[in-house]
Amino acid sequence: MSNGSILKRVEIIFTDYDKVNEIVDKAVKKSNTEIIGELLESGLRGRGGAGFPTAKKWEFTSKQVSEEKYVICNADEGEPGTFKDREILTQVPRKVFAGMAICGKVIGAKQGFIYLRGEYRYLLLNLEPELDAFNEYLKQIGQDFQIKIFMGSGAYICGEESALFESMEGKRGEPRNKPPYPTEAGYKNKPTVINNVETFVYALMICHLGAKKFKDLGTTDSRGSKVFSVSGDTPKPGIYELELGMSVEKFVDDFGDGDTKAVQVGGASGFCVPRKKFKDTIIGFEGVPTGGSMKLFNSSRSMFNVLRNYLDFFVEESCGQCTPCRVGCQQLLKGIEAVKKGEKPIAYLEQLLKLANTMKIASKCGLGQSVGNSFASIVNNFKEEMIY
Amino acid sequence: MTEIRELVKSLADKYGRERESLIPILQGIVLKENYLSEEAMTEVARELDLSAAQVYGTASFYSFLDTEPRGKYVIRVCKTITCDMHGKKQIVRTIEDLLKIKVGETSKNKKFTLLETNCLGWCHEGPVMLINDQPYSALTVEKVHSILVDYIKNR
Repeated sequence: MSNGSILKRVEIIFTDYDKVNEIVDKAVKKSNTEIIGELLESGLRGRGGAGFPTAKKWEFTSKQVSEEKYVICNADEGEPGTFKDREILTQVPRKVFAGMAICGKVIGAKQGFIYLRGEYRYLLLNLEPELDAFNEYLKQIGQDFQIKIFMGSGAYICGEESALFESMEGKRGEPRNKPPYPTEAGYKNKPTVINNVETFVYALMICHLGAKKFKDLGTTDSRGSKVFSVSGDTPKPGIYELELGMSVEKFVDDFGDGDTKAVQVGGASGFCVPRKKFKDTIIGFEGVPTGGSMKLFNSSRSMFNVLRNYLDFFVEESCGQCTPCRVGCQQLLKGIEAVKKGEKPIAYLEQLLKLANTMKIASKCGLGQSVGNSFASIVNNFKEEMIY
Repeated sequence: MTEIRELVKSLADKYGRERESLIPILQGIVLKENYLSEEAMTEVARELDLSAAQVYGTASFYSFLDTEPRGKYVIRVCKTITCDMHGKKQIVRTIEDLLKIKVGETSKNKKFTLLETNCLGWCHEGPVMLINDQPYSALTVEKVHSILVDYIKNR
């Protein structure tokens, strides 16, 4: 593995902070069709991980007829290995508010909320005065839109959008059946746009820079750039804004420690890419998608420990509402431990892979559906480590 | 009891008496009392016209809405993979030795509770812990020792 090859750094998310008011002033004078058109042209897809086209989300919600609509910023950043939203809210909070305000104008909402995870409560000290000032600014320029912060209380599942609405409504954070989707019935069953922190900033910056600048970056399926949270066995952990569509190999050349044996793309609910697949795996929607979490593991690490840690995480964070996920997570954890101890035969791993697949098909929400991603990609690629 | 009643009432005056006000009210109680006692939850149910089961059902779902007594300072050490890889175990052991409590326990003087928690969002600077709301990252045995000694002596 060659070291020292550096990927191009992109500067969109953290720049032009002094121009936010100017960008908002210009954007509110544009027609809604113009803004949606620009977003559509840019190819922007949600940056929380699921990748739904942002323009479509805004357009669907704008077409709903309702007295009440909501804009919600999902800052319940809980995916292991992701910390970019915290950085964005620390460094450029006003850009997030501004993206929400533009969304509010487009869809016809008067109220926005930031759902901030409980673990980030310390951010309020800076966020609250910044937000007060921004709300005041919106009043000054005659925009009928205000933003409030709603604090989460330590539940990973509340990052799932419908669980987040339940939580804001004062209930257990248990995901709802879909459809209806939030664009039709979200918070308080009203039409709602819910986007990730980073998505709102890109939407703002596309209004500012134009679709072309964004579209020129990335690939056909994964336009633009993305903020990556890099951690694990790397000499330079941190936040990096990079173009989408690079191979894992290129990523490892830049961020690896020379001994990288696997990269977990997309956190505990994402995919584990082993060294032999670095070259042919694309980071983006056409390959392995990610909400930004990139964890590198070198050859000193036990992938069994990694998987056990993830399963332990899911056992605790499963909301318990549906059986495939609640029981499945527990059985996967017990199962790999039993195989490791020799209490179950090696062939039992096949049974567990089937169970993981059943969870993918039968679970109610993205949590249970994606446990199998890391499970299968770790077990299949590092079988010997599961056994010996 | 009357103290709790007054606290709940003032929080309800601030956040409202709708179902959407429930979590902010519960959070307000935890900030003040460190946990949600049965009395507090019953009082919230009365004030918001909900059943006690609805209040407990919501509270028990969230790891930051503790329904067991907690110390004045709740220490939450991240146990997710990157922090685990970078020495979380020694950090926990250091805290246990210093405070003479195990994970899940509260010190006799009710000043500290030690817990482990899932990803705190500081993977690039692990190991990390929260003491109440305040994160402390890039922990070493020495660093965690001096932070805690400060809490023991000066707070």
